[in-house]
Amino acid sequence: MAILDFDLNVRLRTFDLSVSLGVDRETLALVGPSGAGKSTVLKAIGGLIAPDAGRIVLDDEVWFDSTGGVMRPPEERSVGMVFQEYALFPHMTVRQNIAFGERKGARRTDELIERFRISGLAEAKPDSLSGGERQRVALARALVRDPRVLLLDEPLSALDAHTKEMIREELRELLAELDLPTILITHDFADASALAARAGVIVAGEVRQLAPVGELARHPADAFVATLTGNNLLPAVAEPDREGGVVVRFDDGQTIGADRALSGPVGVVVAPWDIEVLGGELPRGEVPPNAFFGRVSSLTAVRDRVEVRIGPVQVECGVAEAHELGLEVGGQAWAVLERAVIDLVPLGRDTPRMLT
Amino acid sequence: MRNQRHRSGEAGFTAFLALCAGVALTFLAVPIVALFWEAPLGEIPSLFGDPVVLDILTVTAKTNLIANLLIIGFGTPTAYLLATRDFRGRTLAVTLVELPVVLPPAVAGIGLLAAFGANGLLGGLLKDAGIMIPFTEWAVVMAVTFVASPFYVRQAITAFQSVDPLLPAASRTLGAGPVRTFLRVLLPLSASGLMAGWVLSFARGIGEFGATIMFAGNVQGVTQTLTLGIYQQLNGDFDLALAIGVLLVILSGAVLLTYKLFSSWRSSTSI
Repeated sequence: MAILDFDLNVRLRTFDLSVSLGVDRETLALVGPSGAGKSTVLKAIGGLIAPDAGRIVLDDEVWFDSTGGVMRPPEERSVGMVFQEYALFPHMTVRQNIAFGERKGARRTDELIERFRISGLAEAKPDSLSGGERQRVALARALVRDPRVLLLDEPLSALDAHTKEMIREELRELLAELDLPTILITHDFADASALAARAGVIVAGEVRQLAPVGELARHPADAFVATLTGNNLLPAVAEPDREGGVVVRFDDGQTIGADRALSGPVGVVVAPWDIEVLGGELPRGEVPPNAFFGRVSSLTAVRDRVEVRIGPVQVECGVAEAHELGLEVGGQAWAVLERAVIDLVPLGRDTPRMLT
Repeated sequence: MRNQRHRSGEAGFTAFLALCAGVALTFLAVPIVALFWEAPLGEIPSLFGDPVVLDILTVTAKTNLIANLLIIGFGTPTAYLLATRDFRGRTLAVTLVELPVVLPPAVAGIGLLAAFGANGLLGGLLKDAGIMIPFTEWAVVMAVTFVASPFYVRQAITAFQSVDPLLPAASRTLGAGPVRTFLRVLLPLSASGLMAGWVLSFARGIGEFGATIMFAGNVQGVTQTLTLGIYQQLNGDFDLALAIGVLLVILSGAVLLTYKLFSSWRSSTSI
C-alpha cells in the first residue's frame, strides 16, 4: 500500500474517468492533453468533487469511499493544492493569502514568506505580481497547513517561456526537499520529466501507460505516448527478416532494420537527439547502414542546438556539427536510425490522426 | 464627385441622428428643468419643519429601511443558492424572483390584497392570529419589498456567479468551511456587485407607488410615502408637491451616481 491510494470513477460529459493509482513519497506526474480528465483527478482527491464510485485513502484515513458512504469535505483532508493560474485571492495581500489557511497558534506564514523569498511582496496584491511570484505565493499558501499530500495543477503553464525553466528548477528542488506524496498535472512531457520520477499518460479518462519518465520516452506503449514524449513517429510497414528482427519499409521504399517482433503497420519511434546526421555527399557513393535519405526541409536554431528536418524525420544536433556537415535547406542528408535507439509501436488505422 | 456625394450623405445622416437626439434629450430634460423652475426652491429648507412633510419623510425612511433589511437579509442567501447550486426547478425559482420586474405594480398591489387582505387567501389565518396587514406600515414594507427585491437579487446572482469558482475551492482546501468561505472570499469579491444591486433596489423602493396605494392606501403618518405625498398634494398644496419632487430628483441623481461609482469600481477591481 502506498501512502496515498485512490481508485476513482467519475462520469464526465463525453467519457468516463477511471483511474486507480498509488503515490508514495515521490512526485507522480499525470500527463495528457487538455480535457483528458487530469484536473478532475486532483479535484476528487482534494474533495472538491465527489466521484461516482471509488475510494481515496491516505495512510489509514479514508477520505472517500462510495460503498461506505464516506465523503470528507475538503477542509478535513490534509491536501495542499496549487491551482491552475494559482487562484490567489485577489482582494487579499500576499501575506493574507498565505495566512488564510494557517492553523490557530501556528506561526508558519512568516517562515514561508522567508522561505520563498517574498518578504518584499508581502503587502502587495496578487494582480501586481509576475507569474513566477504568483506561483511562489501559491506554493507558500498551499504549504501553510503542512499538508500530507501536495496537488499541483499545471503549476508552470501560466509562466513565460523564459522564466519557466528557472522556476521549474526551483520547483524541482522544493519537491525534493518536501518529500511529500505529490501529484503533478501537466500537458507538457518536458515538465513531467524534469519534475517527476514516474508519470502516467492519461487520455480520455484512462491511464494509457504508467512508468518512470525515461521509460515512457524510450519505450512508449503506443503511438500517442510516443509523440507526447517528443519522439518522431514515422509510419512504415514491418516484415520479419531472417535473423529474428524486422525490415521496416517506409512509404518511399527506403528500408531500415529493427529488433522488434512486430509486423504490419508500425510507427518507428526515435528521439530527435538520438539520430545521427550525415551530409548528403558521401565518399565513393557509400550508403550508411540503417539510414534514411531525404531532403533537408528546415533548419531551426534553438539555443546551442539545431533542429533539422530531413524528409519526415525531426533531428536535433549541435550547431557546430550542422555547420561542419554543410547542412542547408534544400540540400540532402542522411538520418542514421541506429537499431539500439529505435523502437516500434503498432499503428492502427486511427492512431496517427489523433496525435496532433 | 461620387466621393463628395458620399461625404454629404454621411453628414446628412449625422445631422438626422443629432436632430433625433436633440428632440429626445429636450423631452427628457424639460420636466426636470420645469420642476426646479416652478418649485419654491427658497422654501424647501423650511419644509422640513412642516408636520405633513415630516410625517412623509418618517414613513418613507422607516418602511424603506425595514424593506431593504428584508431584501438584503433574505435576498443574499437566496441569490447565493440560485447562483451556486443546481437543482430541479432552479429556472422556475429564478423566473419567480425576477417576475416583479416586469409585473405592473397595480398587479402586485392587487395580488398582495388577494393574499393578505381581510378576505384574501391568508386573510382568515391572519385574522385568527390577530394580525391585520392592509393599510398599515407593514403593508408599505411588503409592497416595497415585493417590487424592489428582484433588482437586488438579480444583480446578486450575477455578482456571485462572476467570482472564479476556483477561489472558493482554494478556500476550502485551505481549511475554511462553507460559511467562512462565503464570508471571507465570496462576499468581499462580490461586494461591489451587491452594492450596485442594492442601490437599484433602493431606488425602486423609494419610487414605489402603484402597489403601495392599492395595498397600503394613502394615510398621512401611516402609509403616506414621498411618492404618495406628491399625489396627495396635487389637488392641495401644489408647491409642496413640487418641492417633494425636487427632493426626489436630487435623491435619484445621487442614487444613479452611486450606482455608476460601484459599477466602475467593480470593473477596475476585477481581474
